[in-house]
Amino acid sequence: MSLIVKKVAQLITGFIFLYGLYIIVHGHLTPGGGFAGGAIIAGAYILQILAFGKAPLLLVKKETGSSISESLAILLFLMMAVAGFFIGTKVFFNNFLPVGKIGELVSAGAIPIYNILIGIEVAAALLTIFLALIIYKEEIEE
Amino acid sequence: MELTLSILLGFMIIGALFALHAKDLLSAVIAAGIVGYSLVICFLLLKAPDLAIVQIVVETITLIIMVAVVLDSTREELNVKIDTQQIINMSLAFIFMLVLIFFFIQAIETLNPFGEHSLRMASAYVGETAAKTGSANLVTGVLFDFRGYDTLGEATILFTAAIGVLTILRIKGKK
Repeated sequence: MSLIVKKVAQLITGFIFLYGLYIIVHGHLTPGGGFAGGAIIAGAYILQILAFGKAPLLLVKKETGSSISESLAILLFLMMAVAGFFIGTKVFFNNFLPVGKIGELVSAGAIPIYNILIGIEVAAALLTIFLALIIYKEEIEE
Repeated sequence: MELTLSILLGFMIIGALFALHAKDLLSAVIAAGIVGYSLVICFLLLKAPDLAIVQIVVETITLIIMVAVVLDSTREELNVKIDTQQIINMSLAFIFMLVLIFFFIQAIETLNPFGEHSLRMASAYVGETAAKTGSANLVTGVLFDFRGYDTLGEATILFTAAIGVLTILRIKGKK
């Protein structure tokens, strides 16, 4: 991409990422939550990939050796996705943490934790799908 | 508000029809985007900002992926000739449409007027969610507490989708 696109992407990606984090962390107070915030974070990564290519995320396939790091990156995303709902399942039914005062950032018991885990899971899953499209396209071209 | 919604819905129908019949696949994808972004405005008008945020982000990501796919493969639509098989399919679809419309008309008589839905289940949620879960955002309170299974199911669907994409797109097996 051209220099303008790269510079604008550089300037704006951090804000998009921060906005996604804000949506996730404030999920129990303001509109939004894990799903919306996770999708926004995945969008920040996708913007970065579109502007700079795969090189900054170390997903370039040089030789067979680097395919390990590529697989590891996908595996890490997937493991994060798995952990996202495995940790959530164990304590799914009761809000076991103290509820606290309505309207404060640390309140609502376990709901913020669920929000964060679902956010990680959604961001990882969307990014995995996007990366799969890029990486396997390269395999076809080889 | 009903007038605005009707205009938006008509706009969405036109966009969907154009997406079906466009010669250039890129313009078909853009026209499909009309449906998604109009849906965002519908959600905002119906006072569902949670859904609107999710819809606008997911719609953007989907459009990016679809545009990338179209630019990468072909922009020409395949020519499909009309044969007997297609005529049977179309008439079947038409019959199903009539049946659905019939049952819709039967069902719509017992519904409440637009915007005056009955709150048999929802009144309990609206009244007690904040006190029981401590969550100021009622939607999140319902999603992650009362309807925890639903959220688990959605997360599972997304996870399965990611695994499915990885499995289907892998041409060359790992050594």
